[in-house]
Amino acid sequence: MTSVQDPPPQDVQLGGMQPPAQGGAQPSVEPASPARTVRQTGFMSTVAALLRKELLLELRTLESVPGMSLFAVSTFVVFHFALNRNSVEGDFAAGILWVTLLFAAMLGVNRLFVADADQGGFDAFLLAPVDRSAMFVAKVLALLGYLVVLELVAVAAFALLLLGSPLGPALPGLLVTIALGDIGVAVIGTLVAALAVRTRARDLLGPLLALPLFVPIVIGGARATSPLLVASHPAWPAVRWLLTLGLYDLVFGLIAFALFDFLLED
Amino acid sequence: MERSSQPQAGLIKRGSRARGETPAYSKGLRTLSISTVIAMAVSLSLVFFYAPLEAEQGFLQKIFYLHVPLAIVALCGFVLGGLLAIAHLRTRDPRWDYRSYVVIHMSLIFAVGTLITGSIWAKGSWGHWWVWSEPTLVSFLIVFLLYATYQPLRFAIEDPERQARYASVFAITAGAFVPLNFIAVRLSTAYLHPRVLGSTSNLPGSMALTFLVSLAAMSLLFATLCKYELTAKHTRAQVRALRRRLEGQAEARRAPRSAAPSLQHVTAMTAAPPPGGRTTGQR
Amino acid sequence: MAPSTEPTHAAAPRGSKGMGQAAVEVDGLVRRYGEREALSDVSLSLAAGHTLVVFGPNGAGKTTLLRVLATLLRPHAGSVRVLGSDLIHDAWQVRGRVGLLGHEPLLYRELTAHENLRFHASLHGVGEQRVVELLDAVSMTARAAEPLRTLSRGMVQRVAVARAVLHDPQLLLLDEPYANLDPAAVELVAPLISAAGDRDAAGGPRTRVICSHDPSRGLAEADVVLGLRSGRPVLLRAASEVDASDIAELYR
Repeated sequence: MTSVQDPPPQDVQLGGMQPPAQGGAQPSVEPASPARTVRQTGFMSTVAALLRKELLLELRTLESVPGMSLFAVSTFVVFHFALNRNSVEGDFAAGILWVTLLFAAMLGVNRLFVADADQGGFDAFLLAPVDRSAMFVAKVLALLGYLVVLELVAVAAFALLLLGSPLGPALPGLLVTIALGDIGVAVIGTLVAALAVRTRARDLLGPLLALPLFVPIVIGGARATSPLLVASHPAWPAVRWLLTLGLYDLVFGLIAFALFDFLLED
Repeated sequence: MERSSQPQAGLIKRGSRARGETPAYSKGLRTLSISTVIAMAVSLSLVFFYAPLEAEQGFLQKIFYLHVPLAIVALCGFVLGGLLAIAHLRTRDPRWDYRSYVVIHMSLIFAVGTLITGSIWAKGSWGHWWVWSEPTLVSFLIVFLLYATYQPLRFAIEDPERQARYASVFAITAGAFVPLNFIAVRLSTAYLHPRVLGSTSNLPGSMALTFLVSLAAMSLLFATLCKYELTAKHTRAQVRALRRRLEGQAEARRAPRSAAPSLQHVTAMTAAPPPGGRTTGQR
Repeated sequence: MAPSTEPTHAAAPRGSKGMGQAAVEVDGLVRRYGEREALSDVSLSLAAGHTLVVFGPNGAGKTTLLRVLATLLRPHAGSVRVLGSDLIHDAWQVRGRVGLLGHEPLLYRELTAHENLRFHASLHGVGEQRVVELLDAVSMTARAAEPLRTLSRGMVQRVAVARAVLHDPQLLLLDEPYANLDPAAVELVAPLISAAGDRDAAGGPRTRVICSHDPSRGLAEADVVLGLRSGRPVLLRAASEVDASDIAELYR
């Protein structure tokens, strides 16, 4: 029996310590039975394979990204009628933008693990000699990708339909804030999606769990972008909000990474 | 098999057999209850007869001694629930999940209490049943909404082991969320209004003493209620196991070869326990 | 959940094909579902290169047993050693050496056969050449570029077989492998999931555990027979000592 103490994912120490399979093959494992050795597939190659599969599936089915984008545009239209406003600025603008982005993101989150859960993808992955956290990383990256496309469409549509102030000067600050917010949404979204997908009320539980968890992102994001979306004084977002978002991303990134394995087992 | 959102309390026995005694849920329950009653009595008398009337808000201010301890205990309870869940994931022992469940359940009740007392206070002080300017109150609303999904989540998973595991993941995430949420909400309301309701700094001596006693009493109450719930569920599970045995569903089995006897084997050997009693030890 | 401290006596007879270290050793396995035991006190020992066939009515625990051996389910009590590794602590060592063919094909319907197999190959560190080989072996090369949802069930099953043996597993776990296959497909697939495998494996013949409802075929392939009912082993004998009527008993 090998003396290398690679803890199996079930006993992972909650600090995110995983079998050291970073960037390359493990040394061969010597079983006691007939001498066949099996290499652990490297972490990054596993992530790459998973990500490739995710993007391939999305391109093939187009079930997440177009829906999310369309939903965002429709929501702006609804807001126009609901608020009875032709243009918004400041707090209003920031609020509408962030709420819409979050709700559109939830659509993507809901679909994130459905293909895997319904088509037995978990089992196949669980049988492979891979680090299971790679699935978490791959899904977060995939979701981030979807969010980026969503935001390209949504921010453009927002500027066109509802935004009263010029977008140009606000763009850098806006992008930074959205980027930080995206990471948080992707991390929590992946965790919640994995939690919800194998339950009976999967479409309902996802948003129910995610929305309260997203509140700090809304706080940080909206408060940060609100001063930017004003005609008179566009400014760089306040550091405290960026720090809030950053802290949120860091804490939940680590926690979700450590806990994800426990959701994969049967 | 009936589906429930509650952890399978019957599974607890597995660990206890190793020590040959029942899990000590009911041990010390009486002492704890008595201490709680005493503490609450002392606290209430202090609140009504000792603590001075506050200048601005008058008598209503005394709800502070109820609202803030409720809040603190609930918060600590949620975080404790997360810690117990960590123990569950590490050891895979269902007892930890059971404790985590009870603690979270109780904290949720205390959180509702926090919201209600906070609302009453807001109405009395500001004239509105709800104010957004109080970060404690607002944070609790969010936390309440989050933990209110705990039981539906459990209920939506049939396999008890998976249910416990998923619930633990949730409890840990939510437990980490609580402090973060507080910080975020605090930041967002910081420069709007000075905090009045929840302020515990700069308390004059007599108020501070009353507050501390109230906090102690509330903590004891929390601990007692949790213990009650743990004991009650455990006993109910034992009764269920006995009934199954009597109805012949759990057939007598020859000794399993594993050094740790199986769960049903032990419960079948358990005589009806006296309140707070002990199961017979393992073979 | 400590493993048994008693000496493990061979609960199962060894096959006649020579001795090898036990590829699968199960001792007092218990797997619960809530308060019900899906597997109760299952013990067996299977030598390397031998085939165990499991019979039993639906709900008897056959699939559960397979999934435990595949490391997808943890044992709740007892001990299980697969290919020399204990499943409770070292399950990760077994992955990659076990192949599972269950009721689900474990393939993505929107991807093509080629893409699916390539995905699994990259998870297992297997090269492209092997993928092409296997597609050819199951006669799916012609339709390898079509999404699986356009293929018939039999074809999907063939691709699933390819997936199961892609990484040349030492232990093959098959859950009614010939379901959904017409006789021609069965002929194609049989050599891939046979004990000899489709190519020379350095470690010798494969160990197999097969769940079957077909007594004649099952007995023909078995070295050891296990009969389960309600999670309990009621029959465990060398195949030579079992006949079809014993199997029929199980289903009564």
